[in-house]
Amino acid sequence: MTRSFVFRNPSVLIFLALLALFTLGVTAVSEGFGVGLMSTSFVKTLGKTLCLALVAVAMDLVWGYCGILSLGHFAFFGLGGYMIGMWLMYERTRGIVETSLAEAPIPPTPQEVVDAIGNQIFGVVGSSDFPLVWSFADSLTIQLFLVVALPGLLALIFGWLAFRSRVTGVYLSILTQAMTLALSLYLFQNDSGLRGNNGLSGLQNLPGLNAVPQSTVSVWFLWASALALGLGYLLAAWVVSGKFGSVVRGIRDNEARVRFLGYSVESYKLVIFTLTAMIAGIAGALYYPQAGIINPAEIAPIASIYLAVWVAIGGRGRLYGAVIGAVFVSLISTWFTGGQAPDVNLGFYTVKWVDWWLIVLGLSFVLVTLFAPKGIGGLFDLIADRRRPDRHGDDLGPDQGSLREKEAVE
Amino acid sequence: MTFLKRALAATTALAALSTAAMAADCPIKVGVLHSLSGTMAISETTLKDTMLMLVDQQNKKGGLLGCQLEAEVVDPASDWPLFAEKARELLTVQKVDVIFGAWTSVSRKSVLPVLEELNGLMFYPVQYEGEESSKNVFYTGAAPNQQAIPATDYFLDELGVEKFALLGTDYVYPRTTNNILEAYLKAKGIPAEDIFVNYTPFGHSDWSKIVSDVKALGADGKKVGVISTINGDANIGFYKELAAQGISADDIPVVAFSVGEEELSGLDTTNLVGHLAAWNYFMSADTPENAAFIKEWHDFIGDPKRVTNDPMEAHYIGFNMWVNAVTEAGTTDVDAVREHMWGQEFPNLTGGTAKMGVNHHLSKPVLIGEIQADGQFDVISQTEPVPGDAWTDYLPESAVLTSDWKDLGCGMYNTETKSCVQIKSNY
Amino acid sequence: MPTRSRIVSLLACLALACLALFPGPLAAEESGIQPVLQAHRALIEKASRRTVAKAIDAIVGSGLPQAQTVLESWQAKEMYQRQSDGLFFRGKEIDRNSVELFDFDSGSDLGAMSGADLKQLKPNSGVRGLIGAALVRFQLTDPDPAKRHEALDAITRDAEPSHLEALAASIAGETDAAIKAAKERMLRLLTIRFSSAENERVAAIRSFKGDIGVDARAALNPLLATKVMFSAAPPSGNIAHELSPGSAELSVHDAHALMVAAGAATAIPTIDERKAALIAHIDGGRVGGVPIGQLNTQAARDRAYAALARDGLVPPFTPGEDAETAVKNGRFWAIYDEPSAVVTSAAATTLASISTSVGLNQALDLTLDALSLASIYFLAAIGLAITFGVMGVINMAHGEFIMMGAYTGYVVQQIVPDYTLSIILAIPLAFAVTFSAGVAMERLVIRWLYHRPLETLLATFGISIALQQLAKNIFGTQARPLTAPGWLDGAWELNDVVGISYIRIAIFVLALVFLAIYLWIMNRTRLGLETRAVTQNPKMAGSMGINPDRVNMLTFGLGSGIAGIAGVAIGLFAKVTSELGQDYIVQSFMTVVVGGVGNVWGTLAGATLIGFLQKGIEWLNPSNTLAAQTYMIVFIIIFIQFRPRGIIALKGRAAGD
Repeated sequence: MTRSFVFRNPSVLIFLALLALFTLGVTAVSEGFGVGLMSTSFVKTLGKTLCLALVAVAMDLVWGYCGILSLGHFAFFGLGGYMIGMWLMYERTRGIVETSLAEAPIPPTPQEVVDAIGNQIFGVVGSSDFPLVWSFADSLTIQLFLVVALPGLLALIFGWLAFRSRVTGVYLSILTQAMTLALSLYLFQNDSGLRGNNGLSGLQNLPGLNAVPQSTVSVWFLWASALALGLGYLLAAWVVSGKFGSVVRGIRDNEARVRFLGYSVESYKLVIFTLTAMIAGIAGALYYPQAGIINPAEIAPIASIYLAVWVAIGGRGRLYGAVIGAVFVSLISTWFTGGQAPDVNLGFYTVKWVDWWLIVLGLSFVLVTLFAPKGIGGLFDLIADRRRPDRHGDDLGPDQGSLREKEAVE
Repeated sequence: MTFLKRALAATTALAALSTAAMAADCPIKVGVLHSLSGTMAISETTLKDTMLMLVDQQNKKGGLLGCQLEAEVVDPASDWPLFAEKARELLTVQKVDVIFGAWTSVSRKSVLPVLEELNGLMFYPVQYEGEESSKNVFYTGAAPNQQAIPATDYFLDELGVEKFALLGTDYVYPRTTNNILEAYLKAKGIPAEDIFVNYTPFGHSDWSKIVSDVKALGADGKKVGVISTINGDANIGFYKELAAQGISADDIPVVAFSVGEEELSGLDTTNLVGHLAAWNYFMSADTPENAAFIKEWHDFIGDPKRVTNDPMEAHYIGFNMWVNAVTEAGTTDVDAVREHMWGQEFPNLTGGTAKMGVNHHLSKPVLIGEIQADGQFDVISQTEPVPGDAWTDYLPESAVLTSDWKDLGCGMYNTETKSCVQIKSNY
Repeated sequence: MPTRSRIVSLLACLALACLALFPGPLAAEESGIQPVLQAHRALIEKASRRTVAKAIDAIVGSGLPQAQTVLESWQAKEMYQRQSDGLFFRGKEIDRNSVELFDFDSGSDLGAMSGADLKQLKPNSGVRGLIGAALVRFQLTDPDPAKRHEALDAITRDAEPSHLEALAASIAGETDAAIKAAKERMLRLLTIRFSSAENERVAAIRSFKGDIGVDARAALNPLLATKVMFSAAPPSGNIAHELSPGSAELSVHDAHALMVAAGAATAIPTIDERKAALIAHIDGGRVGGVPIGQLNTQAARDRAYAALARDGLVPPFTPGEDAETAVKNGRFWAIYDEPSAVVTSAAATTLASISTSVGLNQALDLTLDALSLASIYFLAAIGLAITFGVMGVINMAHGEFIMMGAYTGYVVQQIVPDYTLSIILAIPLAFAVTFSAGVAMERLVIRWLYHRPLETLLATFGISIALQQLAKNIFGTQARPLTAPGWLDGAWELNDVVGISYIRIAIFVLALVFLAIYLWIMNRTRLGLETRAVTQNPKMAGSMGINPDRVNMLTFGLGSGIAGIAGVAIGLFAKVTSELGQDYIVQSFMTVVVGGVGNVWGTLAGATLIGFLQKGIEWLNPSNTLAAQTYMIVFIIIFIQFRPRGIIALKGRAAGD
């Protein structure tokens, strides 16, 4: 099974090898473990980019393979971040509070410790009581479980409702967008108990590891992100190969036909939707400790649209395309908006990239959708076609990227 | 602007050549961390320009410690995590000596851990909710006791307001400020049922019901006043609705803490005359320093219609204090500069002298202005300088806290237990 | 002559030492009002509501005819003080730097003076209110009706008992019917507040039965103000009713505090007080015999505290003792501040009658607000109803077309300064601009993507962010003013509760006009017919001689153009920024989807549903508008589960699938 899986997906091996090479390379030049050529902030940027690549893989799974254009996957990403953020904040604050209370004339009661933590965390937003949602914040195990479970549960309920009533296509996109908007508006409220607009901050400081410098922590997170991306990629590749994957692609290409063939289309969609939500949750849980702060603006609808754009630019319906899109667009955006890109002097007008980058980006979406629907990943087809022309049979489905004649035979 | 940047680059290059032998770390780098895109660009771009102007002026005066100053501008794009990332870049890659930046509280909270980890130095120029004092930040904007409390006193004493509507945008500054004000008003004998609180989202535009609700508050015969912590462009819809419903400042006065000259420039103010704002600076302040500052600003920006506002003055004071502290210390080393910042004095643009306290907050006068038909404020009340209080006296948890970096070496010191709650700040 | 008298008055003033207890009226009789002003110079210079009353009383008390001029010019910020000698004058600003001065006593023109030597007195609004109240006696009988109005306003703001008499006296001579009615109403209000005759007050109270004016309620509600008393037997005084602790009016904590104050209960030390007591009694590493190290549980602390209490070191405390049981034995009473029971019962009856009609009117007002919001959503969405609803094109840049319309309005106002004319010009221009933008977009991008709807979404999103940034580059990030013409200022007010601003009415009318235009175009014109044909079956339509390309282009342009006009309207009541469109895009899509795609009545129903729903939730939870928006979206998500095709779903062939 494994052999045939890898054999059928040579790109997986190549991808994993490149990822490992990349991770080792960054480690070697990092400040924490290597020669220090690369600044810690850039290591963090790369680590975060890997997390974005992971959520892009999830997005590709749900959109590129299953045909559900979800404009709400950043809600799951954010939820994952919130879940881990709660524990990080609680534990870090507990460390501070316990040190401080140890100097008090009489030792604190457990209730006093909890009250003081609450006061520290919520004092910023003018309250001091722990809301119900923080019930498990002191337990890493439960919060880690929630990182996966909560996005999964939300996706399950939402997906069950939506797929059951046959909401499809554009409607579903708008509905998922409404979901992420509702969630972000909810979290924006102080009453939601997650510090409203301020969100959870100081997440880069790991509890109990005050002595470890950020240069080391950043590399740890880079490893963790790379590992998660590798495993996520493997999982996604495994899901889309084989019969399950064929059905999923069938749903994308013609939902009604698959339904008439007797498959429970809704269940397939639900599985994919929930699975990708969980992957997004994990990606978020790794992303936000590197970013340092999570707040509701992170899950505003625009973020999820960007996610779709990365996948589109990278090339949907192929997992490496999603990774390429996420990495390429997010890194190039950082470069252009960071002020490092040189201004272009046209003589009569100087193009400042800070001002013009978004325009270029926006227009490039248009160009990609119009002229290169396969995205950057399409370039690989040119190479692949040249090297193995015999692999190319006729498309079985009506849409690009569907299973080919030759693949189906195997 | 382009010409200016080129000129700046040329002078820096020249300076670098001539002074290369003298000081190792020339030029001195000043990080500017203000959003140039996204929702906050509306407010923060002006501050970036202010910093460029101040750096430029200082260079014309011969720089600092024999070095030229160089502004390192980055764009955190109103994206809060990006503030932390850019701050780290400024401190580790560009290796700036000081940062001037941030506007919203959440962006400040995002930067704080980075500043404290890397022992950076930041000047934060905006009025904020207090409840914080970081070793690495100097707060040149107003704390609640320098804006909100005096304005409320004005309502109570001068306008005889008995019933309060606290309207705010739903985020930390209005939340905390309103909490403090609620506690303060209750201490002043205003019963809880006479305090109406409402929070609206950023950019809210449908104000008719809220304004009607405020009007209806007058039904029990008490004079109603509105304290607005509404932020940003939501104010435009709010004031348009106020004007449309004919709410006169004599009947229901509105005092705003986030509405300055910049925000009013997007509005026709003829129907808003008499409503109030509380700040530490108004463009209409009648002093020679202010006149000179406005002139320099207009010359620099090349548009005589541009207004000046309170956070600009905060940067002006902060930057000049930093320059003086560096000169006194003879180095840009953060720890040395910090020690020279304590007690540093510099003239306000509104008259009098601002003084930096050991809690890293300024003492500044509080001004209350009435909106005029031309979009400016008529200053009708100006207090003596009020020292900024990091921890409010009106919330029980914070009343026992104090901040003193000089003698106690702690920004969150519990005066009851006589212990430092934490050295790092609360983020 | 004036100079001489001033010198005399100045000397007189100096001689008597201005700051001393200087009887104003005495001096005034001798030499005019200036000495009175000088006598209270400090109070006038730094006028504060708390202290200025003395100066105002002195000015009024002088009995001089000039007093009115002084107060009026002071109130209007037209009083100036000469820096050199501190004398006060009425001044008229000629330009920024010079002021024409007039003497108060002689009224003579003293000529222009440089502003640098003068200090303009700027009384704050509180002081102006007090001045207004003092002016009432002069202005109630003033020949100028505007001043009589002012006097009534001043009474509304700062009523004084003395106004009652003055007002009553002025009614007989009042010639203006409207002002007379207002005066009579005001008289009844003042009677309620200040009259000493109980029967008059009761009659006045009864006269407001069913009156929903805020002023009437403002006069009546204070009569029913109560304070809470603890007393075993019904206390003397005008008892409102008995209270039970733990109710909304009286918390257990307050009730207990009352009992403690009356000595009927002992104070229960709070947990913090007990902790402080423990800390205060640390003795050799132990408190009350319990080692400090063990004090990390509440039980141990209670033990230690009990030990201390046994020794009489701290007030006693029994764990489990709480205020709730303590207040069970007490009886609490709400006592009216107003001593007369007849008055309070009349007020209660009248207010009950008022509150019913206030409730009805509030419902009406809420309905108006909801209608207004619905019309805004409808306006924002109607363009989308065409592009998305009819053509099935997802145009994420729709919001940016709204923004372009608003900016067009702004640009037109920069060129044409007359607000009315500029709006009239802006509407067709905004249509033209966004129509062309829409046509260009359709030709260049959308027509290649008709068979790939999800990709249209991405492409138009790209256009959306590009347009937004472009707007920022051109117009900057600051909000730009788009001002409504003067005749749209203000609000239509049915009464003190129901009212809506004219601008919202205008938007409502505009929405209706668009509905009519839409229906007309779709049902009565060639373009509408062709559009419907192309939407249902492009190939068949093509074979009937319709050019689908052209129809699509025009339809898309039409939808975009309407968005542009909506932009002008939205810019008028809200802000004009580059992010204007973004605020409406998601709501607009939801409006169309909830209503049902492909049917303008659906869009109307969707907008109405969303508008009413949002206002309804806001009404339930008035302190948190954000929550209203959140729950509304959640409702929409659930709604779509049950009616996936919207409120008004197309049936049969028209549905397309």
